[in-house]
Amino acid sequence: MDYFLTEEQVMIRDLARQVSEDKVMPIRAELDEKEEFPWDIMKTLAQSDFFGINISEQYGGLGMGGFELTLAIEELSKACLGVSTTFAANSLGTYPLLLQGSDEQKKKYLPDIASGRKLVAFGLTEANAGSDAAGVQTTAKLEGNEYVLNGTKQWITNGGDAEIYTVIAITNKAKGARGASAFIVDKGTPGFSFGKKENKLGIRASSTRELIFENCRIPKENLIGKEGLGFIIAMKTLDKSRTGVGAQGVGVAQGAFEAAADFAKERHQFGVPIISIQAVQHMLADMATQIEAARALVYAVAKFIDTGSKDVAKESAMAKLFATDVAMKVTVDAVQVMGGSGYMREYPVEKMMRDAKILQIYEGTNQIQRNVIGQALIKETAKR
Amino acid sequence: MNIIVCIKQVPDTAEIRINPETNTLMREGVPSIINPFDLHAIEAAVQIKEQHGGTVTVLTMGPPQAETSLREAVSMGADEVVLLSDRAFAGSDTWATSYTLAKAIEKLGADIIFCGKQAIDGDTAQVGPETAEFLDIPHISYIKKIEEVTDSAIRVQRMMDEGYDVVESSLPVLLTVVKELNQPRMPSLKGKMAAKKAEIKKMGMADINADEKSLGLKGSPTQVKNIFAPEIKAERKMIEGTAEEQVENLVKELREIKCL
Repeated sequence: MDYFLTEEQVMIRDLARQVSEDKVMPIRAELDEKEEFPWDIMKTLAQSDFFGINISEQYGGLGMGGFELTLAIEELSKACLGVSTTFAANSLGTYPLLLQGSDEQKKKYLPDIASGRKLVAFGLTEANAGSDAAGVQTTAKLEGNEYVLNGTKQWITNGGDAEIYTVIAITNKAKGARGASAFIVDKGTPGFSFGKKENKLGIRASSTRELIFENCRIPKENLIGKEGLGFIIAMKTLDKSRTGVGAQGVGVAQGAFEAAADFAKERHQFGVPIISIQAVQHMLADMATQIEAARALVYAVAKFIDTGSKDVAKESAMAKLFATDVAMKVTVDAVQVMGGSGYMREYPVEKMMRDAKILQIYEGTNQIQRNVIGQALIKETAKR
Repeated sequence: MNIIVCIKQVPDTAEIRINPETNTLMREGVPSIINPFDLHAIEAAVQIKEQHGGTVTVLTMGPPQAETSLREAVSMGADEVVLLSDRAFAGSDTWATSYTLAKAIEKLGADIIFCGKQAIDGDTAQVGPETAEFLDIPHISYIKKIEEVTDSAIRVQRMMDEGYDVVESSLPVLLTVVKELNQPRMPSLKGKMAAKKAEIKKMGMADINADEKSLGLKGSPTQVKNIFAPEIKAERKMIEGTAEEQVENLVKELREIKCL
């Protein structure tokens, strides 16, 4: 379907597609197998300005919006979710700075982020905090001109490979969620180390590690916004980034659909290509319809967020929920259409199916997305 | 450091067909691309600029539609792009093309000139070296590595059948490059946006002080009489008899066909 993209948006989509086809597709199986961090691809994306899409021009970015970013994420996800997760986690980690960073913080960090010289990671989840974001136990205590961080973040995408970390920690336990604050921590700060790299079902090209803070001292200036804003910053960050996860869903589903449709054209049974068998056709028809519906929703919500609207939690949750459920269903069906071949590692769809599962889990499980939507509905109903 | 890269817009030979009657390329509907070897030349030039400063000017001789290739060069990092286009240039062979390019380069001025080793449509590999001859400067062809660049000299590795030569030259110099030299970069988004707006400098016969008689078809000593695919004729003949008889008959046969 034609979404009437501008010339610049087409340029972003096409270049992302070119990177995917030339640089990602040839090595995605190997990255998955070896669980290898895609440094070369990140360098290509950096050189091609992808890291600066939604960072303003004064900091070396392109000054575009979240919608343009979703276009790039969708194309990369068509080829490999591990790669697109590595890329997209940067914008997740950058949103706290874009939302509440001071001019000095922006000047210090955004040029390195926009140029791709430094990767970024976002640290919220802990052993006892994730879906319950208010359960954060990592603490930050002000001592003179420094905050002292103690605690452990887990399952942090780009952990260990990123240079810049935006981290949520508790500055005032008594205040609960309102006692959380957001900080910037540079890799290499004494007292800041990493756990072992996790061994995952999917998105194996992306790295996942613990962030360990043991009396880690950071300058007072690394506080983002004000004390107590941490929880709000985290929620606003997730509101912004969820369409990116939705775009990942659309991309991986499209990739799996195309592989399945191409296969169905070639594979013959009962003397005909299986694409002409109605049972297969109907599966493909459902897959294509669901993908288009997901894409339309993700694009619409991304554009809505770019208008600067204040409350976007419900819509962004809807985009993430719907598109990632579609991704799971379509990738499973793609394996089914391809039968035995689909189950083999020679073909890309089994990887896509393994990869897709994370989309229903990270950046808020799809159950949490339903909570977000439900809460918004209660508020809306109360207003009527 | 002024670096000029000569590029050629060529039909994507991966998708090309040959007209069976005339034995010429059928260009209709075939996408045009930058000659793949020239992408490596652009990459080399941009890398030198990044390390030593200077400007990269990409030059092509061709019809107005070659503009799209020049814009692509901008998206890879070219600072200036020049289209050499004039009806008088039509029908140029490698000699006339080299003469025209040399005249333009004289006008633009360059310390290093890069060319791809050959174009994938003509495959002659003549234009680079011939251009250097017209400019009366040294050239090094088939370079696979640039070892060192200074303000006045360059040291490179020239690919040979076995191994390579290390060649040093003063500047200005013309280099033709092979694929092993580097990995051409992807265009960047900023580059693509700049490419859209880039001003393309146009030069014609009058701008390069060229001698009209040396241009285009008139200036081209190559005359194509006929194009054909060479036929490979193979005959097989068994020579029977004892070893002595076989040798005798073989020698006789070879003498008859004047191989001996």
